[in-house]
Amino acid sequence: MRRTTFARAVALSAVTALALSGCGGTTTTTAGTTGGFVPPPLKPLAKLGAPEGSVNVLAWPGYVEDGSNDKTVDWVTDWEKTSGCKVNIKTFGTSDEAVQLMRTGQYDTVSASGDATLRLIAGGDVEPVNTALITNYPDIFDALKNKPWNSVNGVVYGIPHGRGANLLMYRTDKVKPAPDSWSAVFGGAAAHKGAVTAYDSPIYIADAALYLMKTQPGLGIKNPYALDAKQLAAAVALLKAQKANVGEYWSDYLKAVQAFKAGSTVVGTTWQVIANLAQSEKAPVAVTLPKEGATGWSDTWMVSAKSPHKTCAYKFIDHMVSPKVNAQVAEYFGEAPANRKSCALTVDKNHCAVFHANDEAFFSKIYYWNTPIPQCLDGRTNVRCTDYAQWTKAWTSIRNS
Amino acid sequence: MRRRLSLAGLLAAPMLWLVVAYLGALAVIFATAFWSTDPFTNQVVRTFTLDNFHSLLSDPTYLRIIARTLLIAATVTVACALIAIPFAFFMAKVAPRRIRGLLIALVLVPLWASYLVKAYAWRTMLGPGGVLDATVGATPGYGLTALVITLTYLWLPFMILPVYAGLERLPDSHLEASADLGAGNWTTFRRVVLPAIKPSIAAGTIFTFSLSLGDYIAVQIVGGNLQVLGTAVLQNITLDLPFAAALGTTSALIMVIYLLAVRRTGALENL
Repeated sequence: MRRTTFARAVALSAVTALALSGCGGTTTTTAGTTGGFVPPPLKPLAKLGAPEGSVNVLAWPGYVEDGSNDKTVDWVTDWEKTSGCKVNIKTFGTSDEAVQLMRTGQYDTVSASGDATLRLIAGGDVEPVNTALITNYPDIFDALKNKPWNSVNGVVYGIPHGRGANLLMYRTDKVKPAPDSWSAVFGGAAAHKGAVTAYDSPIYIADAALYLMKTQPGLGIKNPYALDAKQLAAAVALLKAQKANVGEYWSDYLKAVQAFKAGSTVVGTTWQVIANLAQSEKAPVAVTLPKEGATGWSDTWMVSAKSPHKTCAYKFIDHMVSPKVNAQVAEYFGEAPANRKSCALTVDKNHCAVFHANDEAFFSKIYYWNTPIPQCLDGRTNVRCTDYAQWTKAWTSIRNS
Repeated sequence: MRRRLSLAGLLAAPMLWLVVAYLGALAVIFATAFWSTDPFTNQVVRTFTLDNFHSLLSDPTYLRIIARTLLIAATVTVACALIAIPFAFFMAKVAPRRIRGLLIALVLVPLWASYLVKAYAWRTMLGPGGVLDATVGATPGYGLTALVITLTYLWLPFMILPVYAGLERLPDSHLEASADLGAGNWTTFRRVVLPAIKPSIAAGTIFTFSLSLGDYIAVQIVGGNLQVLGTAVLQNITLDLPFAAALGTTSALIMVIYLLAVRRTGALENL
């Protein structure tokens, strides 16, 4: 008995010591939440050194393919041999997951969307990039460079990779007539009760806001990422009503492919790459860009501030945005390439036309994923907008309702 | 003295593992639950606050999640017990001794297959056009029922084995004596068998209850849009780590209370 008491005392004191050492850590600095915040003072890489032998890449599914998913889809293996950098790929399903993984400091570069970039910059997780070291940078469409989601005060943090729209996918045998509006997953979702799907991330609130923007002009939504408290409440109410008809939420793209293939899901938001995979597995699905427009993404490659493999990271990014590879990624993932020379190199010569690579009028209808902040992104100054923390809470309450 | 030294040497490694990796991780989770997150960057801010527990207890959605998770764990546990007791009784008392080994092997076989494979197998079976749909003509679809079925299947061996062990220890003579004294089968079961294997059942419920309480993978595979404690933790882990830690602390607390209750039955000596 006495021995157990002793063991307990040892365990308890060890636990206390651990807890105390955890508490005693440095307090993290709080970055300002304004649009004009001051990022941590980090310097970009001055010049390339010798390749470090490997690079750990954090990417959206479908961006970095080394043939392990599909033997014919591979733009990494040959490059590994010539560059001297072995590529380790880790994919993520949501921007939140990307931010979380990037914080571990284990990854050298990340393909970040606009709803992740500012958080990474403010957190000091990524550093500015030296565009002079990216030989393909001059060929990238000017419309993608120096945007609020990939640069701060003229300092570039990301190399544009490509852009596209979130689409509406449906089973052609189950959903008739073919939908042309997001009402298929909102107002008219009850027609497919239990077989509707939605993207499992707070950023999906913007999809509801976009639908309200077009269908309920009285709410006065001008930008789906700039919602005041009343507008957010309307979007949340719409999503809570949608939940009654949702069978499953998705963030794992392979699960989304399986659900559409099996028919447990028949309609919902998707990415082109999911549609391509489902079609390659003979699932009767089609995608459409609904008449309301859509949310979308404009992704950039960023370099980790803590990376021990920066030369390989820069070489890798340069490879990803080179004309041939950027064309391959754009076709495989189903998005518009960032490199203007890629348009001549796609297998389908119409790819750039179909995906509106250089069509700014088209992309003005696409609302790229962005981080909601208290200063309304639509320019309103008489009201405070809801920030991402409030979106997060709102999403949690929707999912748990 | 030397014996003490060698004993210390022998125990040092497992003790280190237990204290640092096991209790240490729990302690860090507990400590994290009292921190907060930066609303913009989602980074952990290390200042003491009770906000996480406050919003956990004041928000009815989380209380509903906890209640739902407890309900699922309890249903799975009862279902496992209802299936396991007759099965274990057959194995220990009815089946000929030579096929007992075979039966135990059959109970254990599913444990060799990966958890994911089994959960996905149920996803296929319960889905549209799956085995259930094709034979019975109906399927509960993904959701609460599908989850209870899948978890009951997954954790059943953990209930059968302790109950079987408990029945093995019960001498056949007790059953005969009960019959000789005029008790029917049901009375014998209720007044002789059940009291004897009660600690074994309690031991089995520790596994089925705790495994169901913490599960978050099967929920995502067959649970449809269902939200339980495990998936709520998962959802918050990327967005609000301290709140996820507070949720995690809740499930640890529920388990501690459950274990204390089970200890009173004497089941912990039967593990």
